[in-house]
Amino acid sequence: MIQYFKNIYSAIATIFIGMKITFKHLFVPAVTIQYPSVKPKLPDRERNRLYVNFDDCIGCDQCSRACPVECISIETVKALPTEDLGKTSQGKKKALWVTDFKIDFAKCCYCQLCVFPCPTECIYMTDVYEFSEYERSNLIYNFSVLTPVEIEEKKANWARYEAEKAAEKAAKAAAPNPVNTPKEK
Amino acid sequence: MTYDFFYKLFNSDIIAALIQSLLPLFFFILPYALFAVWWERKVSAHMQDRLGPMRVGWHGALQPIADIFKLFQKEDIIASDTDKSLFNLAPVLVFVGSYAAFAVIPFSSAFIGSNLDLGVFFLVGVSGFAVAGILMAGWASNNKYSLLGAVRSVAQIISYEIPTILIIITIVMITGTLNLNTLTQIQTGYFWNWMIFGGPGTGITKYVLIPFMVLGFGIIYISTLAEVNRTPFDIPEAESELVAGYHTEYSGMKFAMFFLAEYANMLAVSALVAVLFFGGYQSPCGYLGNILGLKWFIPVEQLFWFTAKGLFFVFVQMWLRWTLPRLRVDQLMNTCWKYLIPLAFVNLIIIGLITLM
Amino acid sequence: MALKTEHMTLNMGPQHPSTHGVLRLEVELEGEIIRSVKPHIGYLHRCFEKHAEAMTYPQIIPYTDRMDYLASMYNEFGYAIAVEKLLGIQVPERVEYIRVIMGEFQRIASHLVAIGTYGLDIGAFTPFLFCFRDREMILNLFEMTCGARLLYNYIWVGGLSHDLHPDFVRNAKEFVTYFRPKVKELNDLLTYNRIFIDRTTNIGILPLETAINFGISGPNLRGSGLKWDIRKNDPYSVYNKFDFDIPVGTGLIGTVGDCWSRYFIRVREIEESLKIIEQALEQIPEGDVTSAIPKRIKPPVGHVYSRVENPKGELGYFIISNGTPNPFRVKVKGPSFVHLGVMNELCKGHMIADVIAILGSIDIVLGEVDR
Repeated sequence: MIQYFKNIYSAIATIFIGMKITFKHLFVPAVTIQYPSVKPKLPDRERNRLYVNFDDCIGCDQCSRACPVECISIETVKALPTEDLGKTSQGKKKALWVTDFKIDFAKCCYCQLCVFPCPTECIYMTDVYEFSEYERSNLIYNFSVLTPVEIEEKKANWARYEAEKAAEKAAKAAAPNPVNTPKEK
Repeated sequence: MTYDFFYKLFNSDIIAALIQSLLPLFFFILPYALFAVWWERKVSAHMQDRLGPMRVGWHGALQPIADIFKLFQKEDIIASDTDKSLFNLAPVLVFVGSYAAFAVIPFSSAFIGSNLDLGVFFLVGVSGFAVAGILMAGWASNNKYSLLGAVRSVAQIISYEIPTILIIITIVMITGTLNLNTLTQIQTGYFWNWMIFGGPGTGITKYVLIPFMVLGFGIIYISTLAEVNRTPFDIPEAESELVAGYHTEYSGMKFAMFFLAEYANMLAVSALVAVLFFGGYQSPCGYLGNILGLKWFIPVEQLFWFTAKGLFFVFVQMWLRWTLPRLRVDQLMNTCWKYLIPLAFVNLIIIGLITLM
Repeated sequence: MALKTEHMTLNMGPQHPSTHGVLRLEVELEGEIIRSVKPHIGYLHRCFEKHAEAMTYPQIIPYTDRMDYLASMYNEFGYAIAVEKLLGIQVPERVEYIRVIMGEFQRIASHLVAIGTYGLDIGAFTPFLFCFRDREMILNLFEMTCGARLLYNYIWVGGLSHDLHPDFVRNAKEFVTYFRPKVKELNDLLTYNRIFIDRTTNIGILPLETAINFGISGPNLRGSGLKWDIRKNDPYSVYNKFDFDIPVGTGLIGTVGDCWSRYFIRVREIEESLKIIEQALEQIPEGDVTSAIPKRIKPPVGHVYSRVENPKGELGYFIISNGTPNPFRVKVKGPSFVHLGVMNELCKGHMIADVIAILGSIDIVLGEVDR
């Protein structure tokens, strides 16, 4: 019998305590920000879309090997010894033409593992997060600045250089060895 | 008063009665239902530290209109094996059950839909339409879980009608009339003449009645909360048997009817509680019209007080919804039969003894 | 002659608002009473263990994040400890302290989600939003440190990816002082509410014998009365330097081992985690967090099993290495997978509405069940 009245009392008491809390919250200012008109301020270590500063890229392929989902694809062509590709911003001389540098942002998992191995710090994460596209193929970003004509030209150059070197080597192997000719008495 | 006005205008009692009965529907209840939808979302949002609808109109005020447009243009899906006549009739019955209750509620001294001498009896009877409507909706949906949800909802509503009726009987015993208009007029004066403070009159009877009136108010508020299927008693609506209960299969305008009927029902029972215990349209502190000498202003003021009291109780219902978790079905029945009904009976007997003295 | 009756089969399908992820529960009913519950899993299987065989050790860390996505720091923590044991390297003390702080913040965040969604299942809508508002602050702390809010890739083998932000300690201390009164508010609103107590006590009682036989760990085991916590019974990292208590189910309200005591242990664990964080913030030593990270991870041939106390239970990693930069096998013992197996025992004899209450109190995450 006592339990009966205790039940009634505890039910009413806890209901009123709960109602007091919700009533107090009516007067607390809301924590929502109205997104498209007000954007939140992001911290400086924020990890969103990647950016590649192509002038500094030396084509070492470290970022592509570090990526766990294989979203970076890089193709390079060796430059001829006579060609001058310029230097990176830290003064290192570049030796490879980077013909193809594609990042597929549909696959990227934003894990930041590609940023750390880069020797010239040319790939890094920005705070851009509003880059939705209507077509999935538009999410494949190509960072290389060489036009297709130039790419063909570089490949042709290198192929020719290789062919010349191979011919030279073959000629040297066929010709007699001039090193051990006896001196004229 | 308005009936006479329209009768003189059109000289035909049918047209006057028709206009008189459609007036509250279009000018009070429908705007209120749209307002209540917006208000519930805003109240719930601010209780949860967020903002609610903000984009459609000023602070989302036009949101319910956008919702009604959306429901209007949705396809009316009817499943193949349903009982089509029952399926189409069910929302109409639920709608009728909510709106017909407003016929006997006095909005102000100048306007009451129909001055029945059996007002309260009519109100209780007509809310039985909703029970039939819900059962029809659950059965005609041809869905195991809708049927189970509907059956539980019907059990809930008819069980909780008993404490409601018992408390209504106590008020009727004290005042001696079933007519809601007369009930309101009895509580005239200032707020200490309201039924919850013991009713009009002086003497020791009034003060002895107060604790039992408060108890009666508590019981009727809880049981009417269960009648309109609001949390903590909203098993029929939210996740009943894992789906949405008796209105799962409804879409478009029919769903809108269930939806609006729920808010109208909330106002109907809040208005009932206000009339029975808190003086209906009577003001707690005298009339501005009396002070200024404008006789025509008084009914307007009374409408304002009636609306204020009704909206306050609706707000408390919303407040409870966002605070409390849901009761399980057997606990719900437990509360009704083992707690509310014995207390209501004890209340009835004690108040009966007091009125005899 | 007895009537021939048939049990009704009810399907709580993969898409359902109350199962925490994609889980299918096949419930066999006799009237209102449940006779058996069969969980069907695999809807979120993403072949984590097969992927791990094709990648190098540092590349696996983003994948471990995604198993229990509500407690990512702890997944990385467990993996890092396992590989460090295999390699035999010792990390600087600052790294250990920061790992503990991040782990405990993650424990608070995971328990807030568990508590909020449990309230939502029972029908109380407001505590869910209060819990998420507080969890936002923890996620902001994480975002300040490593740039991501949910899947961090922060705890690396041999150290961490970034050192703490200069403002971190101050913000963390502010959070601790802000959050303590909120736990009390949550208790008033949900934990001691009469309706909530009626819905969750004396339901889903897990006897201690059954719990040990099924291999339950974490708050579910402690709810049944056994004081077993890997942070105290098999300490790892620097947990033995902190002074904290292990909450155990005591039958304060209801019986020991019911849904309410499991839920209440999670609330008390939040308070204990706040204690650990305060002590750790005082005691952090200086140091370099990236000094011990090896250039190339090529562990010797061998195998290791190491376990940590996930917010959900005991998370174990069994790694077999064959001397190459890719592991031969990474097997994960996920606590949610084990706990889902005990659903049948717990639900027998209860009613339909209780299945949801019991499932919520076990606190599973489908990412960990299916991996």
